[in-house]
Amino acid sequence: MLTLTTTDVAIAVQNLNHYYGQGTLRKQVLCDINLTIRRGEIVIMTGPSGSGKTTLLSLMGCLRSAQEGQLSVLGEELVGADKERMTLVRRTIGYIFQAHNLLGFLTAYQNVEMALENHSVSAAEAAARIVEMLTAVGLEQRIHYYPHNLSGGQKQRVAIARALVGHPQLILADEPTAALDKQSGRDVVNLLQKLAREQQCTILLVTHDNRILDIADRIVYMEDGKLQNPLP
Amino acid sequence: MSAMTSPPKRKKPLFLSWLQLRKEPARLMVAIAGISFANLLMFLQMGFRGALFSSAVEFHDSLHGELVMLSRRSRALISLDRFTERRLYQALGAKGVQSVSPIYLNSIQWRNPENKEIWDIYAIGIHPEHDVINLPEVRAHQAKLREPDTALFNASSRREFGAIAQRFAQGETIQTEVDERLIQVRGLFRLSPTFGINAYLITSDVNFLRMAKFRTKGLIDVGVIQLEPGADVQQVLADLRSRLPDDVKVLTKEEYKNAEVAFWNASTPAGYTFDLGVVIAFIVGAVIVYQILYADVSDHLPEYATLKAIGFRDRYLLTVVFQEALILASLGFVPGVAISLGVYQITNLATSLPMAMDVGRIVFVFGLTNAMCTFSALMAVRKLQTVDPADIF
Repeated sequence: MLTLTTTDVAIAVQNLNHYYGQGTLRKQVLCDINLTIRRGEIVIMTGPSGSGKTTLLSLMGCLRSAQEGQLSVLGEELVGADKERMTLVRRTIGYIFQAHNLLGFLTAYQNVEMALENHSVSAAEAAARIVEMLTAVGLEQRIHYYPHNLSGGQKQRVAIARALVGHPQLILADEPTAALDKQSGRDVVNLLQKLAREQQCTILLVTHDNRILDIADRIVYMEDGKLQNPLP
Repeated sequence: MSAMTSPPKRKKPLFLSWLQLRKEPARLMVAIAGISFANLLMFLQMGFRGALFSSAVEFHDSLHGELVMLSRRSRALISLDRFTERRLYQALGAKGVQSVSPIYLNSIQWRNPENKEIWDIYAIGIHPEHDVINLPEVRAHQAKLREPDTALFNASSRREFGAIAQRFAQGETIQTEVDERLIQVRGLFRLSPTFGINAYLITSDVNFLRMAKFRTKGLIDVGVIQLEPGADVQQVLADLRSRLPDDVKVLTKEEYKNAEVAFWNASTPAGYTFDLGVVIAFIVGAVIVYQILYADVSDHLPEYATLKAIGFRDRYLLTVVFQEALILASLGFVPGVAISLGVYQITNLATSLPMAMDVGRIVFVFGLTNAMCTFSALMAVRKLQTVDPADIF
């Protein structure tokens, strides 16, 4: 078996449990999760609805406080992490949501720019990176469009540009193709794969979409809060 | 990069609050209109209040003398009591007093020469040889008051008294009846109407007693005391207070004005009414801004959740909402001031009330507007606490 140093590991999960609700209504949604994802790996997580995939993703993304066990993301232990630490870890992660979640009152350019607000970059570098990223996702003709003038696929591509412009070391994506037709969905994951390879970042992708499983280095399956294929 | 170049400029942060407001022009306009309206209400109430007080003391201001003697029981121009002029002449004995001058005041019945209606007018009876009213027109024409049945008319009087000023200025002879005597207008002067006095008439003491037959010679309403140049006002005041019996009181002109203002402010509903008006306007404005901000925050909750998810702190979102509030305050304030100036002008034309805008009031209302918007933002951001970044996955 391989020995992994922390610098090789993007995500390390050990004996992670998670519960929703209080008292008698308390319900366990994640049971004894163990999972290690190496840097640069593309992992797809599948499983039926309600199996806990999104919960696990939101714990890894610092969007929810981890309760029990060990969860380390990019070298940061997240169980017991305070609010400020979680906010700072979020800045190193690129998120792609099922709905594009663009800010409706900002143009495509400004939406991507938002992701750089918390990064220390020069004006010139920011402008170059935003245009480069929007060009990479094929939207160089629509840089100053507002989201409501873009199609669903185009919006999702802006969201990808936003997730990648900060050069995150980890991308967490939840059903990025769910709202897209077959071709747009394919384009989006291909793009994600290509850009991730170029920037050498780790991708964890939750999906029901069998059509995109081929981009993964590894597929893990979750059911009833348990990982069925936990180790590489 | 070469070492010669200066360090690269940091990216300018996006002005999120303004971008968000700008995206919905209709909502922005409603907000601006609402804030302008609240500003207008506040300015109007303060304008009325200011006019009330400044008009109320115009007579006091015009008195040419450092000290004023009144009956112990006098409270304001519309709440007077008489005292014997002997008290005033007693004051002449005090060191530092140069001269004294008695003034009679009373409402008398003025017959509008045009439609013969009778209106009460506030008559001021002065000694025509004394320089006691510090208004240039009065000084110029007061010698004419030596003739019997003559008067100076207030050009700022309301039109119920007839178009006296216009007709007089055109050279017409104005005669009318006061208490069955035919009176001739010999000149004009300007004193704004107040909330208690519609118009003034200045005449000589002798003519005054003819017009107001019920008044007794020697029982006066106000005594004006002029001091010698360089006299110590406080010392003369103390001297007079100690030497005079307590049926009269002696005030400096400033105290006399303050007492008039205090009377209107505290002893009539007027001061309270306008203060309440300002509070109501503040609340109306705050409710409007709150509605706008609350709707804005609610509409953007998913977007704010996204921002939290990608690493923005709560503080950033709070700043956005407060910035929006202050932008709205500023944008609404500019038309608010402009409209208020217009309405001041119209009110002045319609009522002759001295509606004057001053810098202090502008600054004060701007402060109130910002407070109003900040308060609304404080209410609206409570909604932000419901934002959970986990909701968006």
